Amino acid sequence: MKLIPVFKGFDFFPHDLNLPFMKFKAPALVASVVAMLVSIGLCMTLGLNYGVDFKGGSLIELQTKSGNADISALRDKLNALGFGNVQIQEFGTPNDVLVRLEEQPGGETAQQPAVQKVLDSTSADYVQRRVEVVGPAVSSELRMTGFIAVAAGILAIVCYVWFRFEWQFALGAVVALSHDVLLTAGIFSLFQLEFDLSTVAALLTILGYSVNDTVVVSDRIRENLRKFKKMELNQLLNLSINETLSRTILTGVTAIAVLVSLYIFGGEVIRSFNLAMLLGVVIGTYSSIFIAAPLLGYLGVKRDWSDAAAKAVAATKTSRAKA
Amino acid sequence: MLQFTRTKIILILLTCLAGFLVAMPNFFSKETVASWPSFMPKKQLPLGLDLQGGAHLLLAMDQDEIKKDWMNNLRDESRKLLRDAKIGFTGIGVQGTQIVVKLAKPEERDAAIKQLDKARQSIGSAVLGTGGYDIEVSAGNDPGTIIVKPTEAGLRARISNAAAASIETINRRVNNLGTSESTIVRQGTDRILIQFPGLKDTKELKALIGETAKLTFHEVHPSLSAEEAKQTSIPAGYKIYPGDRSEGPAEYLLREQPVVQGDDLADAQPGFDSRTNEAVINFRFNQSGARKFGNFTKDNVGKPFAIVLDNKVLSAPVIREPILGGSGQISGSFDVDSSNRLAVQLRSGSLPAKLTIVEERTVGPSLGADSIADGKRAGIIGGIAVIILTVLAYGTFGIFACVGLVVHLILTLALMTLIGSTLTLPGIAGLVLGVAMAVDANVLIYERIREELRAGKSPIAGIDAGFQRAFVTIADSQLTTLACALIMFWLGSGPIRGFAVTLTIGILTSIFASVTVVRLLISFWLKAQPKGRIQTVPV
Repeated sequence: MKLIPVFKGFDFFPHDLNLPFMKFKAPALVASVVAMLVSIGLCMTLGLNYGVDFKGGSLIELQTKSGNADISALRDKLNALGFGNVQIQEFGTPNDVLVRLEEQPGGETAQQPAVQKVLDSTSADYVQRRVEVVGPAVSSELRMTGFIAVAAGILAIVCYVWFRFEWQFALGAVVALSHDVLLTAGIFSLFQLEFDLSTVAALLTILGYSVNDTVVVSDRIRENLRKFKKMELNQLLNLSINETLSRTILTGVTAIAVLVSLYIFGGEVIRSFNLAMLLGVVIGTYSSIFIAAPLLGYLGVKRDWSDAAAKAVAATKTSRAKA
Repeated sequence: MLQFTRTKIILILLTCLAGFLVAMPNFFSKETVASWPSFMPKKQLPLGLDLQGGAHLLLAMDQDEIKKDWMNNLRDESRKLLRDAKIGFTGIGVQGTQIVVKLAKPEERDAAIKQLDKARQSIGSAVLGTGGYDIEVSAGNDPGTIIVKPTEAGLRARISNAAAASIETINRRVNNLGTSESTIVRQGTDRILIQFPGLKDTKELKALIGETAKLTFHEVHPSLSAEEAKQTSIPAGYKIYPGDRSEGPAEYLLREQPVVQGDDLADAQPGFDSRTNEAVINFRFNQSGARKFGNFTKDNVGKPFAIVLDNKVLSAPVIREPILGGSGQISGSFDVDSSNRLAVQLRSGSLPAKLTIVEERTVGPSLGADSIADGKRAGIIGGIAVIILTVLAYGTFGIFACVGLVVHLILTLALMTLIGSTLTLPGIAGLVLGVAMAVDANVLIYERIREELRAGKSPIAGIDAGFQRAFVTIADSQLTTLACALIMFWLGSGPIRGFAVTLTIGILTSIFASVTVVRLLISFWLKAQPKGRIQTVPV
């Protein structure tokens, strides 16, 4: 017999491992609720550090014509122009600086002259790389459409899940998704990371990733509900999560690997987008395991309503009462 | 499941081949592609402004100005209509958003309303049931007063017409910059979006579209100066205009109704005054303009007239002799640049209202190039990470998955090229997420196969069941993401949209590439195995 060299893949996961996820469902849910409340609190007190897209104002990226940027000299120069709070920060290489002007009082027409003045006064030493100016009307519209897009994204997902599964799954998904969005927003608020249009795109992507994860677990739960008609619900949820765990981790690791490489090598411009995505992948994975699935356990879920199944449900209820 | 009919195999391979061909031009430079023989596909993905550099300007029209202009016109027209019908009135004035007419004899009110109705213009279409008039003439509260009021629909129609006219004008002005490929489109009712790829400095562009360039010629009040009028009272029909130059009076008292307007200009060219060597603009009127201007100068020899640009008096020369030829010269404090620009603006016609830049996004070409380089580097490193991970986890099958990923990427690029979408920075992020989705599909399948094998199925049955079972999950998870991406496209703006487009296409191709193509590869591989070897499937 001819031997064919076969490179067998390395199976990372011990599959007989049966991690008792549902044991932690109560503390996990409590922790998640607390985290959500804290996030809401943070957003309301600290607020989100809106970028130019949502707050209005101007952003100017400059690059030195030669040598490193002298930030303090630049700061003195621009502060002297009298445009209120001028933020200057390094951006990527030591040659690049980012200048932010607040929205200038005086409405739509007041923004351009200010930017032009900044450009004129820096044109001797710097080249303009990027200019973004968003007036008051547009920024409030962008804020509104950004919010609507996230809400509509959640709604669309919930409708789809409801249509394909049962309402309990849809409810689990909506809570999990809101959790992901809130927590990401909370972290952005806590560290005052810049929140702009690309962050909203990232939030929407997180929704996509997280629901992907939730659907995979839900799918397995549904399959197991058909297969093991008498199994106690919590045990069944646990089994389903464990069965899909290898996939969850491998996909998660791959996604994180790609995002980390984008974060490190993808340039400064998409960095906040990547950061939001990285956070979201971790939070989204957590929420499908510890929120969407346990909620099914609490809500109960329609099983095969034969005699045996009805007894199983009753047994579930009593066991839940005991616990 | 693992059996493919010959037709299917051919179809799948043809799809891949077509994808390769369509996507191919994107991997070569423009020059290389241009030298290809004509039967080869040459369409490339256009790069977004964030990647190639360029300016994106969102302009909003000044609605108040349009309203104000319209009200003034309505007032003049009402005055004329009543005079024509010999109906006496004691006053016609603009009050807020309506015009109030006070009649001399209250009993003439019905006749006057009938007469003023002639100013109405119908708008909308009767078919759609939106028909109506642009203004509403009604009796006021006091006897003998009439209210002329613009309707909501009339105002919308005005603004919409003004936006359309503005786009025309901007198009003509921008064409003078000599750069092609700009897009100028309407957004909503009162906004205009200008996209200008490859522009280094937006200063010139902004200056060119920043002025309405409404040129008018007015009669100067024969005896009263602006200062005197301010102290006593401004005569009816006259208005005070600010001067634009350091020399000469600061303000002028001019008849509000212009003698000739910029609309009557046939041409405007920058030039130099032969005596003073000052930059000037030479203009020529069309026939009707020349006639009006000729008549006016003939009647007013020895008196001054004012050249007014955007409501500021440029100069007020004295008419030495009738100007019958219909051409003249405007001097002002111009330099070469500003006279060039003004000539372009005058030639292209005036904007119906001032445009304000409400959003600007300009990316320099060097930043765009850096972004492409960063994106490429990150993509390659990310891709290598994915390949290492999948091959480590699934060995030979991992290699199949990677082939599937490459097919996926190429098909996504091909579809984007076909529909002519633009590649943006967020679009690249969308591509990356599409790859992640495709990886996930393969992971789902392979994990399932392992599970089936562990449950004791034979290799072929296990592979078969793995594909079949995982497919439901893949479809569900990808369709929910698709729903999300479609919402993003529908509601999102700018970066969100670019992201949504590539993500949507990526999801559509990932099912074909990571399910069908990979399955075909596995089926080929299985067939190539000697009989005994199949007992150990390397998953």
